[in-house]
Amino acid sequence: MKGQALAIALIIASGVATFIMSVSTMQSLKLTQETFYEDYRFADVFASLKRAPESLQTRIREIPGVDRVETRVSAAVNIDIPDFPDPVTGNIISIPDIGESLLNKLFLREGRLTEAFRDDEVVIGEAFAGAHGFKPGDKLGVIINGRRRDLTIVGIALSPEHIYQMPPGAFFPDFERYGVMWMGRTALATAYDMKGAFNDVTLTFSSNADVNDVIERLDELLKPYGGLGAYSRKDQLSHRYLSEEFKQLEQMAAMFPVIFLGVAVFLLNVVISRVIHMQREEIAVLKAFGYSNFDIGMHFVKLVLMIVSTGVIAGITGGGRLGEWMSNIYMEFYRFPFLKYELQPEIIIIAALVSAAAAILGTLHSLRKAALLPPAQAMRPEPPATYRETLPEQLGLKRLLSQPTRMIIRHIGRRPVKSLLSVTGIAFACAIMMVGSFQGDALDFMVYVQFGLSQREDIAVTFVEPTSGRALYELQSLEGVEYGEVFRTVPARLRFRHRSYRTAIQGLKSGGDLQRLLDADLKPIDLPRSGIVLTDHLGEMLGVREGDRLTVEVLEGRRPVLTVPVAGLVSQYLGVSAYMNLSALNRLMHEGNAVSGVYLATDSRYLPGIFKKLKEMPRVAGTGIREKAIAKFYETMGETILIFTLINTLLAGIIAFGVVYNSARIALSERSRELASLRVLGFTRGEISYILLGELSIFTLAAVPLGFLIGRGMCAYIAANLKTDLYRVPLILEADTYAFAAAVVLVCACISGLIVRRKLDHLDLIAVLKAKE
Amino acid sequence: MPDNSMSNTISPEPVVFRARGVTKVYDMGEVKVHALRGLDMELYAGEMVVLLGPSGSGKSTLLNILGGLDTATSGHVSYHGRDITGAPDKELTEYRRFHVGFVFQFYNLIPSLTALENVAVVTEIALEPMDPAEALRLVGLGNRLDHFPAQLSGGEQQRVAIARAVAKNPDVLLCDEPTGALDSATGIVVLEVLERVNRELGTATVLITHNADIAGMADRVIYLSDGLISRVHRNERKKSPHELRW
Repeated sequence: MKGQALAIALIIASGVATFIMSVSTMQSLKLTQETFYEDYRFADVFASLKRAPESLQTRIREIPGVDRVETRVSAAVNIDIPDFPDPVTGNIISIPDIGESLLNKLFLREGRLTEAFRDDEVVIGEAFAGAHGFKPGDKLGVIINGRRRDLTIVGIALSPEHIYQMPPGAFFPDFERYGVMWMGRTALATAYDMKGAFNDVTLTFSSNADVNDVIERLDELLKPYGGLGAYSRKDQLSHRYLSEEFKQLEQMAAMFPVIFLGVAVFLLNVVISRVIHMQREEIAVLKAFGYSNFDIGMHFVKLVLMIVSTGVIAGITGGGRLGEWMSNIYMEFYRFPFLKYELQPEIIIIAALVSAAAAILGTLHSLRKAALLPPAQAMRPEPPATYRETLPEQLGLKRLLSQPTRMIIRHIGRRPVKSLLSVTGIAFACAIMMVGSFQGDALDFMVYVQFGLSQREDIAVTFVEPTSGRALYELQSLEGVEYGEVFRTVPARLRFRHRSYRTAIQGLKSGGDLQRLLDADLKPIDLPRSGIVLTDHLGEMLGVREGDRLTVEVLEGRRPVLTVPVAGLVSQYLGVSAYMNLSALNRLMHEGNAVSGVYLATDSRYLPGIFKKLKEMPRVAGTGIREKAIAKFYETMGETILIFTLINTLLAGIIAFGVVYNSARIALSERSRELASLRVLGFTRGEISYILLGELSIFTLAAVPLGFLIGRGMCAYIAANLKTDLYRVPLILEADTYAFAAAVVLVCACISGLIVRRKLDHLDLIAVLKAKE
Repeated sequence: MPDNSMSNTISPEPVVFRARGVTKVYDMGEVKVHALRGLDMELYAGEMVVLLGPSGSGKSTLLNILGGLDTATSGHVSYHGRDITGAPDKELTEYRRFHVGFVFQFYNLIPSLTALENVAVVTEIALEPMDPAEALRLVGLGNRLDHFPAQLSGGEQQRVAIARAVAKNPDVLLCDEPTGALDSATGIVVLEVLERVNRELGTATVLITHNADIAGMADRVIYLSDGLISRVHRNERKKSPHELRW
């Protein structure tokens, strides 16, 4: 009983711990985010434009619903870091020459802000500083507007605007190759030819603002100045990704604790009913002495609560620690300046109440039976259990079965529901194990599809602004470049009926080899000559099908609003994009042969030389390196989902062991009399072990395929729900995932079997001869 | 074959069991319980012995030691001249498997097996067993072969247990209060079966009881009290079980 109670308490502890961990991590991250947003005045609306005179600010402020407005200068720059060969790009944002920013204030981790009107000082983002080990006082070469400047780092800071830092056009953060930094307004404006002007504006709403109206009016004001379309927080990159990640955490937080608690309740029910069965005589004696039904009921309620509270307390302690640990990892990853980890008492109370209620409800039937057992009946020995031949025996298999084998299958057949529940319990353990490795399988597959089938270039070079297609020839002439394909990126808002999504349309060459689109079966398809092709996830979000006519609001240049037919949907697990034939896109934009960048296939031996050359090209805004992108992908996913699932896999192992061990122990207690009788009749230890472990083996073997089914279902559920703009998880389960799950369950079964087998060696043969059933 | 080392001149039959100076001490924590205090006895082939004594006299302990279920604290027990005291578990298991038939007060049938299968479970592992159905016919249950224990009365269940015990053709049948859980009419039916087995198969039988009336059907009655034999009585005329009343 001690071992069983401990196993159940462990499972409850696992459930409670997952719950506490997920919910407290969630709440802490959200609280941290809210606090950071509020204290550091995260803006409500953001807009970029080509260039507008500072005087426009007054008119923006006059828009009804606008509270505070701050104009800024923002510059895409190339950064030169000695001893770091890869191209590094960044974004320098202006801060007021004197005093703090009005909006999106900086949290200074180290050092200070730039001194008034100093043009050689810079504050850099903590993530970037951390990746390169920069300290205040270090120097940095930055190429602004084609001119190199040597800047001294004076401070290291964090901004609510850049919690999640993504290089433009990338799928994942890359702290080494992309940095956000801040300079005094005058210094930056001078360097970037923005004196008395701005190219970026953020604002906050007053309390009664009409969000869409403000954005529309702002867009109207900025349009003549090359506005790229204003957007609210929900479209702000950092905020959006953060929200998506939180959403996903929430889903995980809901699923696992439910499974853990369900399994724990089932085990409790089985164990308690067995305990009551074995203690019927004691119950009868107590009743004969005058204990009331209520007293007896309470006795067992206390037993249940004792097991539950052990589990809950362990779960809360462990969950709190795991939560803090997880929160710290997330904090590191998201770059919050501080962590407000809080384990709210409500969560603890909910965890305790839910566990206790579930346990009591789950054991209610057995508890009632114990309470209502008439004393005289309880004192009488129970009549022999009723058995009958099982179906396989009736079908004629009986002759083939030895008596011990018949004992096994009839025992299973006598209580089919209980047997099924035992099998289901083990199956769930197997299933949870699969969920753990599924994420890994899916990751590998996503990488294979994205970087193996679709995105095959070695380097993606993006230009500061659209450039003539002739740039291709310049790049192709570099030593080591084998082949190149141009592409065009146009920021746009896609609208279909009431739904809209802000993204970029990628113009690609038809028949290109470096950037291929894949159909539902992941076969490369040719980009249609006309019409727009959407990522399947985007199609789903907009609710469009092939042939629908999509409204495309271009957010660049003349900002035309066009109607383009949807020519098809393509499979893509990462990011959200729309694609068009390059010539068709240029025609729509009324731009001749404009390109935003070039995909290059290179000979890897020449990469350092190519990078060096690229760094020297002022028009190159960014360089994406495929190999690095893959590494980043694993790193990113590794630090988020995988840690979570690793913990769950560990806990699933506990479930697997708990369920199997309990099944074995219950079988032992149910059959010890029979087995001892057989020992007396001359059966060897091995022979009686066969009877007991045979049942356990059948349960385990039946549970594994069922567990595969349930596991696949759970993975399908996750895959269906883990759809974020960042990535969609395909339902991919490799053979080794199945094998691993089955192996863990089988190992648990073997260990449990061994423990039980040892107990069989110490069966009291004499006691059973004297005892009534 | 007569055993020459035997000091007994009353019976010419060979000795099945010989116990010499057998003691058994149960360590119950603070107190030590002396269940047997240096007991000597023999059991001869083919005889029916009733061990009679009040609760706690040591009769079950003796039976368990003879049956290889328990070991003596000191002294020696030999079976057909082979010392079984201190034999390892494996040897004792084999001993119970091939040579001893047990009948218990609470039958200890396997509830998931039919009458026939309850017998077959033992014959499957025995050396020269009877046909299970034949064993059941011997105990008068030829028409209940496919009944599960739950479908049989207490007396019938005990008769299945007897059939199970004799079906392996054991040298000795050890019965611990076989009628203890039965009413007298049913008990007599069970005793008749034991008497028949003893008579027809010649299986030496040791029957434990605290019911003095049953002693009438024995060849010899061994009275136990306080862990020692207090008296041995030989019945000049064995009663048939149906003459017994209690």
